[in-house]
Amino acid sequence: MSHAVIIKDAVKKYGDFTALKGVNLEIKPGEFFTLLGPSGCGKTTLLRMIAGFNSIDGGAIYFDETMINNLDAHKRDIGMVFQNYAIFPHLTVEENVAYGLQAKKVPKNEIKTRVAEALKLVQIEKLKDRRPNELSGGQQQRVALARAFVIEPSVLLMDEPLSNLDAKLRVQMRTIIKKLQRRLGITTIYVTHDQEEALAISDRIAVMKDGNIMQVGSPEKIYKKPENNFVAGFIGVSNFIPCEVEGEKESAKITVENAFALEKVLKSNYTGKAILSVRPEQLFFSETEGIPGKIEISTFLGDYIEYEITLDNGQTVQLNEYTKDVSSVRKDGEKVLCNFNNASISVYDEASGEAISC
Amino acid sequence: MLKKKIKLDFWFWVKVFVVLVMLAFLIYPFGTLITRSFFSEKTAGITFENYLKFFSKKYYYSTLGHSLFVSSVATVTTLFIGVPMAYLMSRYNVWGKKYLHILIIMSLMSPPFIGAYSWIMLFGRAGIVTKFFSEVLGIGLPSIYGKLGIILVFTFKLFPYVYLYTQGAMGSIDSSLEEAAENLGSNKLRRLCTVTLPVIMPSIAAGAIMVFMTSLADFGTPMLIGEGYIVLPVLVYNEYMSEMGGNAHLASALSVIVVLCSTLVLLVQKYYLSRKNYVMTSMRPPKEIELHKGKRVLATLPVILVTFVGILPQIVVLISSFIKTNFTGFVGGFSLDSYTTIIKRLGTNIRNTFVFSSVAIVLIIMIGILISYIIVRQKGFTSSFLDLLIMFPYVIPGAVLGISLIVAFNKKPIILTGTAAIIIIAYVVRKLPYTVRSGSAFLQQMDKSVEEASINLGVSPMKTFFTVTARLMAPGVLSGAILSWITCINELSSSVMLYGGKTSTISVAIYTEVVRNSYGTAAALASILTVSTVVSLLIFLKISKGKVSVV
Repeated sequence: MSHAVIIKDAVKKYGDFTALKGVNLEIKPGEFFTLLGPSGCGKTTLLRMIAGFNSIDGGAIYFDETMINNLDAHKRDIGMVFQNYAIFPHLTVEENVAYGLQAKKVPKNEIKTRVAEALKLVQIEKLKDRRPNELSGGQQQRVALARAFVIEPSVLLMDEPLSNLDAKLRVQMRTIIKKLQRRLGITTIYVTHDQEEALAISDRIAVMKDGNIMQVGSPEKIYKKPENNFVAGFIGVSNFIPCEVEGEKESAKITVENAFALEKVLKSNYTGKAILSVRPEQLFFSETEGIPGKIEISTFLGDYIEYEITLDNGQTVQLNEYTKDVSSVRKDGEKVLCNFNNASISVYDEASGEAISC
Repeated sequence: MLKKKIKLDFWFWVKVFVVLVMLAFLIYPFGTLITRSFFSEKTAGITFENYLKFFSKKYYYSTLGHSLFVSSVATVTTLFIGVPMAYLMSRYNVWGKKYLHILIIMSLMSPPFIGAYSWIMLFGRAGIVTKFFSEVLGIGLPSIYGKLGIILVFTFKLFPYVYLYTQGAMGSIDSSLEEAAENLGSNKLRRLCTVTLPVIMPSIAAGAIMVFMTSLADFGTPMLIGEGYIVLPVLVYNEYMSEMGGNAHLASALSVIVVLCSTLVLLVQKYYLSRKNYVMTSMRPPKEIELHKGKRVLATLPVILVTFVGILPQIVVLISSFIKTNFTGFVGGFSLDSYTTIIKRLGTNIRNTFVFSSVAIVLIIMIGILISYIIVRQKGFTSSFLDLLIMFPYVIPGAVLGISLIVAFNKKPIILTGTAAIIIIAYVVRKLPYTVRSGSAFLQQMDKSVEEASINLGVSPMKTFFTVTARLMAPGVLSGAILSWITCINELSSSVMLYGGKTSTISVAIYTEVVRNSYGTAAALASILTVSTVVSLLIFLKISKGKVSVV
């Protein structure tokens, strides 16, 4: 049975430092939910509070309706995959995977079949008699995974499980994890600082910063509609350009550098300075109008070309052009006009960083 | 905010137990000792009489001067020997490096008084070398007794401390640091003095402090070879023995003074180290320089010479244990008489040494593993308290610990004096730090998530500790325990205070045999200790694979 995990005003303090400042989250049963953020944002702290390795200094955590604040870690029925795998070095692969089942006093013959099944699922059934020091990083990762889900936990926690693998293996393992989670339907909470990994693997993502949740949403929503400039900057690449906003919320006039203007629908009326964010792939060169600038350097990357452009105000922006859409690479030093569609941008309050555009 | 609740879990009870043990056998005895030092037979109430007596009579206060003098000189001489040895061994392709290294460790681990005893056999009044010089060559050698002898023995027994610390640091210094100095135009000697030595100074200092503290606390060596030159630990012993009957007021006061001295030294060292701590990330350890022929001999010769002198006492003892003796001394010729005599007459002592040490080592492992875990994994007040407390036995000389246990447990309701229990307690308290230090260093490097993985899979913290953590800690704890074991079987200074008619040990017997000039039996007993030590040490080196250092 998969649980919903409900976190209410969770607070964690280390002395004077507040690592988690009242976090609220509702994770649905069977969901693949990712906590994403830079190091020090509190994501691992929160995960360890759910696991029972960190005390909860304020607020509460529920599995469905049951509050688990004071439940001992070994009674929470949670599977966990650790960053460094934490394989028991003195046990074989098979014994490692069987460890949790033995603790649950599962009958011996059942342990044997369940362990065999689990090892098969992660494709390491041939390695069952090996010792951990005879395994590669990827193989250890699979053992850790099998050990965590073989006990059929109601919640599965993963703490940066792929960060110690090389790039290729990381992509491979991430697909295995995603497929496995779909098949088993266990509520999974995944911690990572790698935004690409988060986008690829999650049903929903919570972006965290300094102990706060900045945005919760599906990968697509978080990428396309960042609710604040932190999320816009952290997920993918964004160009931030200062602008002036003037007018009613239905059609505000947005002016950049007194040179380029467009209209945008806002959440509410706003007048004054703001910040406009636009992704490199949403910027394009225009012959007629746009923000004037000069190509500083162009980098040909195969399927696309990356231009670094210095705007006339001195700011540097990045513009990506797909190779298939153009006939040639522009020369360094060329004067250009950078344009974008009003649908592809977001506008943020200069002071708070909160989105003001819809 | 929420109040911190104290959880009445497994580790809570372990902490209670460990703290109670420490209170009963370390804090309470030492507290009693301090209290005792402020009382006297003659006057009622609190008095400074004992301290006044110490500082007013030359016979007493000169011993403090003697102690500080021999310890300081020994520290300097060990530095002059240990640092160059370390430099040669870590930088040049010295012949038989591996074996020389083991031999140097062995000379450190030898029974503390065997050095003094062997030097007496060689250079003493009736010594082999002395006789040879005076009878054959007609040259009178200077007397080995007194401060010269003490310093000589300390130097060759304790230089390994300086050597081991320095050698460890030299091996971990990043070679680019030296290359940078060279690159900036420094020549070899200048580089050594301006970069290499200053950078490893904290390690050298740590080794020097070990030498100072050990020589300050040593009882056996100055007792045997010092003769008229009385140092503080010997005075403690004499005063206590002359005051027999347990009213050891003056001895208590003397003990407090000894401990104050060594605590002061330890604090100075901590202060110095806190100011000079260079964190080094050694990317490339320095390469060994390949010397050829003549130069290689030149680098090897001094190392072999020093190592030989260091190990000489053990060779002398081994050889002389097989030489025929009568009541006048060694008479020449091979014989096993010494061994048959000790088995007949001193079998109990041999049995006692191994039984007491075995019981102590089992307790040390059990308590040590728990304390190591609390210090590393259960950070908090209790952890810091234990961490501090565990250093304390380092600064208490064995004789002082012996006296403090006597004054604490020589009256109702708990009378332990004269029993085996009190000797075992002394061993456990005094030798526990080796195991705890090695165990906690090992645990520090062990990833916590392995334990968490076990708990997470539904195994309680207590069961996790026994099935996973303790099991994985075993190599670290075991190698520390072997050092504890080696020092247990060789322990003299506390045993000599605490032994009774039936609880005498090998080291006590060696001491009494030497005092009675019964050199053959003493040599045989010492050989048993030496062989046991060497075997234990080899097991240690095998288990630790060089990962855990002996100092």
